Amino acid sequence: MRSPPIRELIDFVVREARLIDQQRFDEWLDMYADDAFYWMPLEWNQTDPRLTCSLMYEDKLLLSIRVERLKGARTFSQKPKSRCHHVLQTPQVDSRDAAANSYVTWTPMHYVETRLDEQALYAAWATHHLSVERRQAAGSSSSAST
Amino acid sequence: MPATPRRFARLVREQEVHRDVYVSEEVFQLEMEHMFPNSWVYVGHDSQVPNPGDYFGTTIGTQPVLLVRHTDGTVHVLHNRCPHKGTRITSETCGNTGKFFRCPYHAWSFKTDGSLLAIPLKKGYENTGFEQSRAASGMAPVRHVRNYRGFVFAKINDVGLDFEEFFGESLSSFDNMVDRSPVGQLEVAGGVLRYMHNCNWKMLVENQTDTCHPMVAHESSAGTAVEVWKKAPPGTRKPMAVEIIAPFMSPYEFFENMGIRIWDNGHGHTGVHHSIHSDYSAVPGYFDKMTAAYGEARAKAILDENRHNTVYFPNIMIKGPIQLLRQFKPIAANKTLVESWTFQLVDAPDMLLERTLMYNRLINAPTSIVGHDDLEMYERAQEGLHSNGNEWVNLQRLYSPDEAEQTNVAINGTSEWPMRHQFRAWTKFMTMGM
Repeated sequence: MRSPPIRELIDFVVREARLIDQQRFDEWLDMYADDAFYWMPLEWNQTDPRLTCSLMYEDKLLLSIRVERLKGARTFSQKPKSRCHHVLQTPQVDSRDAAANSYVTWTPMHYVETRLDEQALYAAWATHHLSVERRQAAGSSSSAST
Repeated sequence: MPATPRRFARLVREQEVHRDVYVSEEVFQLEMEHMFPNSWVYVGHDSQVPNPGDYFGTTIGTQPVLLVRHTDGTVHVLHNRCPHKGTRITSETCGNTGKFFRCPYHAWSFKTDGSLLAIPLKKGYENTGFEQSRAASGMAPVRHVRNYRGFVFAKINDVGLDFEEFFGESLSSFDNMVDRSPVGQLEVAGGVLRYMHNCNWKMLVENQTDTCHPMVAHESSAGTAVEVWKKAPPGTRKPMAVEIIAPFMSPYEFFENMGIRIWDNGHGHTGVHHSIHSDYSAVPGYFDKMTAAYGEARAKAILDENRHNTVYFPNIMIKGPIQLLRQFKPIAANKTLVESWTFQLVDAPDMLLERTLMYNRLINAPTSIVGHDDLEMYERAQEGLHSNGNEWVNLQRLYSPDEAEQTNVAINGTSEWPMRHQFRAWTKFMTMGM
C-alpha cells in the first residue's frame, strides 16, 4: 500500500470541507470508509462515545440517512436549505504510519452556517483518521475512516 | 392589565386557547410569578449531589436555585443568591463546596443548609438590628422540597397542594422507571443534552403527547431512515438506531390504539397499551437479574409496562422503558432551554444505558434530524401566532363536554385532551391564591 505524502493528506481534508460547502453530499459521503464513524463529542475532553452521550456518533448508515433526507420533498426544516462555509487552518499531520496504513490529521477551523436571516459561527477542531483504500474504480484513492 | 382569575379565564376556553399564552411576555412573567412558584417543579436528581457539600445550580421558572447535599446527608434546595447584595454564590454549575458556601464578593459564608455562618468585620452590624433582618437567616431555602425516590421537586410558594395531592397516581411512572433497576436505584449518567429553542415552553410540553404529528413532521427523518433501511441486504440484523427511529413512522392506528391516560392536575401519559419502545430487542442477562430481585411475576409486570411519554405538569416529561427525563425550562415567552437527562439503572447491564444514550443522541440532541422537524414547527408557530387574522389555537380533537370532571381515564391515543387538561391545570395553578 503506498504512503501518501503530507500534501495529499492536507488536500484530502481541504477537499472534504469544500464538498460540504458546495453541497456535493454524495461525493462527500463517498470519502468515508464503510466502517467509518463521524464523532462529535458532547463533553470537553470526552474519550468514550458509548457510555457518554455524543452530539453525533454516526456510522455510514446514519450519515447516508442525513444525506438522503436533504433530497426529500418534505424535509421542512431544510426549506430553505442551510448554506455553510469552512475556514480551515492548514491541517496538521499528527502521525503517518505507512505500515499500519494509518494517518491522523488535526484541523482547527471556523465554520459559518446560514439559513433565512440567521447566521451562526462555530469554532471547532476536526481530527481525521485516514487510510488508503483500494476501490473497484481505476486507481486507488484515500478515504477517511475512524 | 391586573392579574386576576378573570384575565386568565379569557385566555383559556374549553376547546381553544388565546395565542397570548404562547407569545405574550406579560403572560410569561405572570407564569414565572404565580404558576411556577405555586407548582411542584423538578429540580434535579439526588445522584447529582451524592456527597456532603455537592451542589448543582439550576432554575425553578426563572429563579436561580441550588440543589445541595447538606453536611448531615439531607438534600436541600436553596435560592442561589447572597442575602447581602444578591450575588450568585456558586462559580460553577456543579461541584463540591465542602462544609460551607462563601460569597466571592464580601466573603459572607453559609452552611450547606443556607444558614449564615460568618461575616468578616461582623462588629459593623452591632446595634443595627441585624438579627431581625432577612439577611441574618442566610441563603433563603426553598420551603417545600420533596425527594421522591431520587427525583427532587420543590414548590416555592406556600399556597398550592402538598406533594401527594399534586401528583396522585401519576407517581406510578416514576415507580416503573426506578423499579426497572434490580436494586430500585437510578443514577444520572452519560451527560446532559442542552438544546436552546426559540419558542414557548408549552409548545414543547404539548408535543410530548402529540400523536398526530410523528408520521407527518418526521416523515423526512424517520421516513428516510425506514426507506434507507429497506435497501439493506436481506438478513442484516436491524441496527439499534433503526429500532429507535423507525417507530416514529407508525401509522395513525398504532397511536390511536396506544392510548392516553389522564391524571389530575395536568399530568398524563401516552402509551397505555404499547408504545414506540415496546419492540426493542431483549438485553442479555437483564431479565435474569430482574427475576432474581423481584421474582418472575413482578419482573414481568414491571417490564411489560411500556409507557411512552409521561408528562408531569408543568414542564417535564419522562420515559420509563428507556431512562430519560426532559425538562422544558422557560427563559422567555419565545425561548426555552430543553435539558435531556439520562439515567443508569443501577445493577442492570450497560447495554440499557447504551440504548438510552443512543436514543437521547438520535432524538433529543441539537444535531438530531428528528428534533429539527419539531423545532421547525414550533418556530413557525411562534411566528404565525403574531397574525391577528385568528388569535386562537385550536385544541378540540376528540373533545368531550364532560371531560373536565373525569380523572384517571384511558382514552384514544390521538386525543388533544391532555393539552386541554394541561391548560385547565395552568389556569388552576396560575390563579391559586389570587
